[in-house]
Amino acid sequence: MKISIERGTLLKAVSQAQSVVERRNTIPILANVLIEAEGEHVQFRATDLDIEVVDKAIAQVERAGATTVAATTLHEIVRKLPDGALVSLTADAATGRLTVEAGRSNFSLATLPREDFPVMASSEYQSNFSSPAGMLRRLFDKSKFAISTEETRYYLNGVYMHVADGDEGKALRCVATDGHRLARIDADLPAGAADMPGVIVPRKTVGELRKLLDDDEMEIAVSVSETKVRFATPDITLTSKVIDGTFPDYTRVIPQGNTRRLEVDAKEFAQAVDRVATVSSERSRAVKLQLDEDRLVLSVNAPDSGAAEEELAVAYSDERLEIGFNAKYLLEIANQVDRENAVFMFNSSGDPTLMREGSDQSAVYVVMPMRV
Amino acid sequence: MHALCRDCLSQIAPARRCPHCGSPRIKAHEELFSLSIAHMDCDAFYASVEKRDNPELADKPVVIGGGKRGVVSTACYVARIRGVRSAMPMFQVMKLCPDAVVIKPRMQAYAEVSRQVRAMMDELTPDVEPLSLDEAFMDLGGTQRLHGAPPAVMLARLVKRMKDEIGITGSIGLSHNKFLAKVASDLDKPRGYSVIGKAETSTFLQDKPVRLIWGIGPAAQASLEKAGIRTFADLLRWDRRDLSTRFGSTGERLWHLARGEDRRRVSANAPMKSISNETTFFEDTASTEVLDGHLWRLAEKVSDRAKAKQQAGRVVTLKLKRADHTALTRRLSLRDATQMADVIYRTARDLLDQVGNQGPYRLLGCGISDLVPETQADITGDLLDPLATQRAKAERATDSIRERFGADAIRKGRALR
Repeated sequence: MKISIERGTLLKAVSQAQSVVERRNTIPILANVLIEAEGEHVQFRATDLDIEVVDKAIAQVERAGATTVAATTLHEIVRKLPDGALVSLTADAATGRLTVEAGRSNFSLATLPREDFPVMASSEYQSNFSSPAGMLRRLFDKSKFAISTEETRYYLNGVYMHVADGDEGKALRCVATDGHRLARIDADLPAGAADMPGVIVPRKTVGELRKLLDDDEMEIAVSVSETKVRFATPDITLTSKVIDGTFPDYTRVIPQGNTRRLEVDAKEFAQAVDRVATVSSERSRAVKLQLDEDRLVLSVNAPDSGAAEEELAVAYSDERLEIGFNAKYLLEIANQVDRENAVFMFNSSGDPTLMREGSDQSAVYVVMPMRV
Repeated sequence: MHALCRDCLSQIAPARRCPHCGSPRIKAHEELFSLSIAHMDCDAFYASVEKRDNPELADKPVVIGGGKRGVVSTACYVARIRGVRSAMPMFQVMKLCPDAVVIKPRMQAYAEVSRQVRAMMDELTPDVEPLSLDEAFMDLGGTQRLHGAPPAVMLARLVKRMKDEIGITGSIGLSHNKFLAKVASDLDKPRGYSVIGKAETSTFLQDKPVRLIWGIGPAAQASLEKAGIRTFADLLRWDRRDLSTRFGSTGERLWHLARGEDRRRVSANAPMKSISNETTFFEDTASTEVLDGHLWRLAEKVSDRAKAKQQAGRVVTLKLKRADHTALTRRLSLRDATQMADVIYRTARDLLDQVGNQGPYRLLGCGISDLVPETQADITGDLLDPLATQRAKAERATDSIRERFGADAIRKGRALR
C-alpha cells in the first residue's frame, strides 16, 4: 500500500477513528486502526467491538493495499505535522512497517496484519431513514446529560431512541434518565422511521455520533435493528451495538398533575443557581428555592463553609413553596433551555418537578427534589 | 528512681515489698511519673466476664467461641496453659483440652462490662480511644494536677477498680507514644503493668521482630523478610528514602517506628471509617433464600448502628467467604449516601445476585463505608422507584416503634427466614 493524502483530510479521518479506540486495551489489535486503500479512496476503520467507525477520505492511491497501525500514535503524528503538508503512507510487507513521510519528517511504525482486525458483522436493519443532522443533534444533546453511569442499572446507560405518540402525532423520541432527572425530547418522525424498534443507544456511541452532527444541513442516514444502530454521512459510518435491556416505563415518571407554575428567565436562573452553589463544598450541593408571589429566593446553607442567598423576579402566583434541589441537576436542566423562559411545574417539596422550555411541548425535563 | 505499689497505690522508694501494705507488686522505673500515654487491655476479656458471672468456672479451662465448627474467640488463661489459642478450630481445642467449657459469646453482657470500664477510663481523661470492647488508648497528659497524682498512679488505680468493682482484670502499658504503649501492655499479661521509657526505647526495640508493629501481618512480614528485614535493628539500617520507595507509605511509617517514633494522637473520636456486620453460618450454605434472610438481618444491624451514630455510607460492601476460606467482596457506590436498611439490603442483594452461585459459603457480611453525617443521606428520591419513598417512611415508622417497645416489637417477614 502506498498513498498520499493531505494532512488536514488525514487528521480528520484519523481523529474520528482513534476516539473510538479504548485507551486501555487487552487485545492489541483493538488499539490499531485498519487502513484500506483502493481506487481513489482510503478508509480508516476502528472498533472497540461495540462500536465501529469507518471514515472514508479522498487520497492519491499509488498502490492499493491494507494494513493496521496504532491509532493513537498515528493520530499524534498527524496532529503534530504542519498544516497543509502532504503526507505519504507506505506499507512495507517485508519489514511489517508503515512509513509515514511528510516534508523532511519520517516515521516508521509497527503494524499488525489486516486479517487479524475484527470487522463488525453486518446485519439486517429493520428500519432505514434519513434525518437532518440538526434534528438528531437536538435530540441527543438535550437528553444526554441525564444518562446514568450506574452499572447495576445498565439499561439506563444510554439514550432510549424510539417512536412515540407525541403531542402532534407520531414522534421520534429520545429519553434518558438516571433516576434523579429525566429528559424527554421529541422531533418530527422522519419518513420511513415508523417501524423503527426502540433502542438504547450507549453513552459512548452518543458521544461519537455527536461528531457527525456539526453540519446542520447534512442528511444523516439512520439504520436501526433490534441489536444495532447505524448513523452514516457520505464519508463516515458509525455502527454500534445497542444496550441489551428494557428501558423502564418512563411515562409513569412524568408528573401530570403538577399545578404550581413558575416562569423564569432560564439564563438568569442558571447563573443565580451557579453563584449561590459556590459556597457549598459538599458533593451534592443543595439549593433551596423559596417561592412566593412573583419572587424566588435561592439559598444555600452549608454549615461548614458558609451561606448564600439571591433573589430573582419571576412569574409565580401560587401558594408559598419551599423545595430543594441538587444544584448540578438544576443547572443542567436550566442549561437545556435555548431561547425561551424556563417553566417549572411543582407539586409538593417531595414530588418530582417538571420543566419545559416556554410553551414548547417537545422537550420535557423532570427532576427529583432533594431534602433540605 | 520512682516506684509505685500497685495494690495500695502509694508512691514509694524502690523496694521489694511495699512498706505500707507489704505487697510485692511494685513497679519501679526512672520515667514512671513522667510518661502519660497508656494502653489498657483487658485480660481474656470474654472469658473473664463469664468467670465473673459464674464463679464455678473459676479454675476450669473456659473457651469462648461457638458453632458446630466455630473457632476460639477467647480462651481463659487456664485454657491457654493447655495450648489453646484464639482462632483455633474447636475440634483442636477438644483434642488439647477435652474438659474445656465452651461458651457461646454473649456480646450484650460483654458490651455492658465494656461500658462500665469505659466510664472509669472517662473519669481519668477525655482522651480515650477505644480500639475494641476490651482495649483502649488513653492520654493522661496534663491530668496530674486534676487528679493530684501522676498518670502511672491513676492507671494502677484504674485496673484495681476494674478488679474490685467490676470483677475483671486488665493490663497496662505506659510509654511515650501509642505504638510503644500497645507493645508494653502485652509484655506481662495478665494483670501486667509495663513501662517503656524514652531512654530505653531503642535498646528495647533493637532485637524485637517487626511483627510487633500493628498492621504487619504474615503477608507484610513476608515482603519485609524478602528485603532482609526481620527485626527493628534490620529496619534501622535502611535509608528513609529507600524504605518509602520500596514499601510506599508503610515504609515511611516503618522508618519512624524503627526509631520508636509514633506521632499519632490519642483521639477520643477517631472518625469511623465503616460500619459492618458479618455472620458465620452453623452450616455452609448456598441457598439464596437462607443468604437473603441473613443479608436482611445484617443490613438491619448495620442500619441500626449507622442510625445510632447518625452516620450514613456512600459505599455498600458485600462480603462472602467460601467453605475453603477464600473471600469474595463486592462493593458499589451509591449516588446518595444511605443509612436505611432497605437501601443497604437491596444494594447488597444486587451485589449478591451479581456474584452468582459460587457457594456454598461459610460467612456472609455486609457494611457501609465512605461515611458522611446523616444530614447528607437519603436526600434524593428515585424517579424510577417511587415506592422507595414509602418504604423509607415505613422503615422510619418501624424504627420509632422499636425504639419504644424494643428491637423485637416489629420485624419484617424476611428477618424470620
